[in-house]
Amino acid sequence: MALTRLTSANAIPDDSIANVKMANIVQSKNIIINGDMQIAQRGTSAASVTGDGYKTVDRFINEMSSAGTWTLSQDTDVPSGYGFSSSLKYDCTTANGSLSAGSWGFISQRFEGQNLQYLNYGTSSAQKLTLSFWVKSVKTGTYIVEMVSFATTKSQSQSYTISSASTWEKKTITFTGDTATAIANSSARSFNLNFWLVAGTTYTSGTLNTSYNTTTNANRAVGQVNLADSTSNNFWITGIQLEAGDTASEFEFLPYDVNLLRCQRYFQCSFEQGVTPGNNEANYLMQDCSCYASNSCYFGTPLFCEMRADPTCVYYTGNNSSSSGNKITYYNGSWTNGTAANAVLTDKYVSASASISSSANQSILLQYNYTFDSEL
Amino acid sequence: MNITSAQYHFDTFLQKNTCIKAVINGQDLLVPLDENNRHYQAIQEWAAIDGNNIIDNGA
Repeated sequence: MALTRLTSANAIPDDSIANVKMANIVQSKNIIINGDMQIAQRGTSAASVTGDGYKTVDRFINEMSSAGTWTLSQDTDVPSGYGFSSSLKYDCTTANGSLSAGSWGFISQRFEGQNLQYLNYGTSSAQKLTLSFWVKSVKTGTYIVEMVSFATTKSQSQSYTISSASTWEKKTITFTGDTATAIANSSARSFNLNFWLVAGTTYTSGTLNTSYNTTTNANRAVGQVNLADSTSNNFWITGIQLEAGDTASEFEFLPYDVNLLRCQRYFQCSFEQGVTPGNNEANYLMQDCSCYASNSCYFGTPLFCEMRADPTCVYYTGNNSSSSGNKITYYNGSWTNGTAANAVLTDKYVSASASISSSANQSILLQYNYTFDSEL
Repeated sequence: MNITSAQYHFDTFLQKNTCIKAVINGQDLLVPLDENNRHYQAIQEWAAIDGNNIIDNGA
């Protein structure tokens, strides 16, 4: 490709760059991480889901109780022509048409307080937040989306309507700012954004709370349809963006590596993208180490980036028989499994010990995989 | 989180407890002793309930 030297004759004049265009190239305006559902380090599908946990696409936690059984997956069904390649799909596999009062189910993302200081909560300059997203559902009707302050137990709910079954629709919702209570400046959990799917009367029997108030359960999800009432019910969501101000801008697409790195502050693993963590995978880490004493060795794993907190660790065997309980594989004349445990770990590295069968100063070869989790 | 057991791991080289071996939602986890870790927070809440204890065998 030929390069042209920039001169005063061919330079772009300052006044030809419109502010409105520049506004859309500011990176990380989106408070949501992985809003385009591109990253799925834990695997692309999780079946028989009935309870809480991070299941498939990164940063989105499933919160659920007595709300049917679901398969969650990273799906390729997306709104056509808007640049998306993935969505998060909820597929109801066992219905619950008669919810108990305390039934609940929602998709949630949790935020660190230190990333939200610019919102100026607790002052008269508290900024509004505007949420935009694409959604598609077999079941039409009213749905609730909610901002919850974890530290102050205040919340605010807004409703939206899915008008056409099985059709992608873009929704935009604005939340008022909280002028009364500041957000703690730390890496701890401060806010949740919840997309309700299922709500029993405990959460629907009051009046929808549409400004920041101390959370009253009865006012949280008033009007929410029961998405769990049929196994025909599927729900997809993607393109989630939460930004300061009262207008929604175009979705901020980040390069894959940037998106992955943002997710890795909260979850890292040695498995390939899309592979569900488990024992006896074809690919694994290999590491030589020397035993400082009989029947014990230490090994270390540097982290891809600084994690939010010291991570919870799970170790898996290498190319050897599966075994539960944080087993790693080592070679001592034959491939055997030993038991791993944390030794010294920080948000920058993890050192672990392994109980094995060896003599002091013996050099052994380890095979293992891992997941490190510091989600909120 | 459904916590069914929790036990401190004592490291004989470092001579201190280095993590909690816990079974949470049916999975064996190695939970760091970090108050900012959500599993550690959940274990502390679980241990505060009568009848629940983090087993500590010490040295």
